[in-house]
Amino acid sequence: MSPAEDMVDATFPAPQPGPAAAPYWRALDEGRLVFQRCTACGNAWLPGRTECPRCLAPAAHWETASGNARLVSWVVYHHGYHEYYATRLPYTVAVVELAEGPRLISNVIGDANGLRIDMPLKLVIQREAGVALARFAPG
Amino acid sequence: MRGNVIIAGIGHTAFGKLPGRSTVSLNIEACRNALADAGIEKDAVDALLVKPPTSNPQFMYGQSLAEAMGMQPRVGGAWDQGGAANISLIAFAAMAIEHGQCEIALVCYADNPRTGSRHAYEKAWGDDAAYGWFGVPAGYAMLARRHMEEFGTTSDQLGAIAVAIRRHGAANPAAQLRKPLTLAQYRESPWVVDPLRRDDCCLVSDGAAAVVLMSAQRAKALGVRKPVPILGFGQGQSSWDVGQRPDLTRTGAEISGATALKMAGLRPSDIDVAQIYDCFTITVLMTLEAYGFAAHGQGGPFCADGRLEIGGELPVNTAGGLLSETGMPGLQLVVEGVRQMRGEANLQVQDARTCIVSNQGGIMHTHSTLILGEAA
Ligand SMILES: [Zn+2]
Repeated sequence: MSPAEDMVDATFPAPQPGPAAAPYWRALDEGRLVFQRCTACGNAWLPGRTECPRCLAPAAHWETASGNARLVSWVVYHHGYHEYYATRLPYTVAVVELAEGPRLISNVIGDANGLRIDMPLKLVIQREAGVALARFAPG
Repeated sequence: MRGNVIIAGIGHTAFGKLPGRSTVSLNIEACRNALADAGIEKDAVDALLVKPPTSNPQFMYGQSLAEAMGMQPRVGGAWDQGGAANISLIAFAAMAIEHGQCEIALVCYADNPRTGSRHAYEKAWGDDAAYGWFGVPAGYAMLARRHMEEFGTTSDQLGAIAVAIRRHGAANPAAQLRKPLTLAQYRESPWVVDPLRRDDCCLVSDGAAAVVLMSAQRAKALGVRKPVPILGFGQGQSSWDVGQRPDLTRTGAEISGATALKMAGLRPSDIDVAQIYDCFTITVLMTLEAYGFAAHGQGGPFCADGRLEIGGELPVNTAGGLLSETGMPGLQLVVEGVRQMRGEANLQVQDARTCIVSNQGGIMHTHSTLILGEAA
């Protein structure tokens, strides 16, 4: 990461999490990818919620993910829908499934030509405009 | 209730750029045309059901429209389900008519994203915007990639869908885009979000459409010309965002189509013509699979070789669909279905007796199916 990329950029679409998702972004900032697990039924999920979407219990704790994941699908943007990312075309956005089960939207680092569905991925926490993001690399 | 409720009238506005027109004004024009087509006075209508404008949702929109139309309907309001809402409202109206809640219903939709705001189609997906996750096309591209990688679906197979529908639109004098497309041109079409090209994506349009519903009995008493019977309908909601959905290649269209076909007492092979929501080419492919026209994963080969073109085995979107007639979400597909069942379509499918129509919304979050029969 170049120092320029780490600088705060006013155009960056920074997350504005509510209370349910705030612990997720705080943990990422500290270098950990976390997800929620229901203390009643064991279901695991992202993004942060106040109730378990399986058993509806209002009781969950945060767990740290192993960082192992697989690639569910990906796309490559050639059109800029937002001024910050319009200057970074082409870029890849992916659906990633953690080994623990939860799925999330992410970026896969590197050449998109080598990607294939269900390939193993490894977590790489990177800062974009000063915000810690959970990105992944093949491996 | 198979066939007990009929579509008595259809109407629409011009499609494309309609600057300075409010969605209320567009809705009124479409309703005026639908009432004239049905030969019904406004005062006979006792239900007004409207899909809210996608680009500018407003609280109590159905009531604003009723006031502007000088109506105090028994049954009325708006239903938030994205593009699936048109058919869901038709189904709701049919059930309400069947059960004596109302007698004559207007179902309508209008939007003006072309000259108004298209923000709704380009917005960020919550905190995931930090990853550059923006816009409706990207969501469909994510489904398309998984389908292509899992089943070997090709870009050319998606292209064949665009070629078929653009051919139909080119023949429609009322279509917004009357430019046919060759597969060679499709291959040159620029990426928007890979694997989707510009020519995989629907138009952005201003416009409105409306339909009038009543019982078959009432239509007979009123002498309605060519009433088109509603044979079946169904719904299925995937509901979850693309990033959360357990299987990216299966959607609520499966249960929606199965429910509608069961109600109609028909199999996919009994369907003569289809109007399939084509916001993107991949949507057509996945919907035809979900309805059972092709096995799961086999939609690619099914859509190739001209099968979807007029004269083919299953002509799809015979007026040009969202890819070329108008990008307005969905009700114009019902209007074209009615024209086919009346035998009055611009590209009429010979001896067509059944038409299946799909409407859906979000990134295949919502789905609704309608099956129409030959006009009496
Ligand atoms: Zn639970």
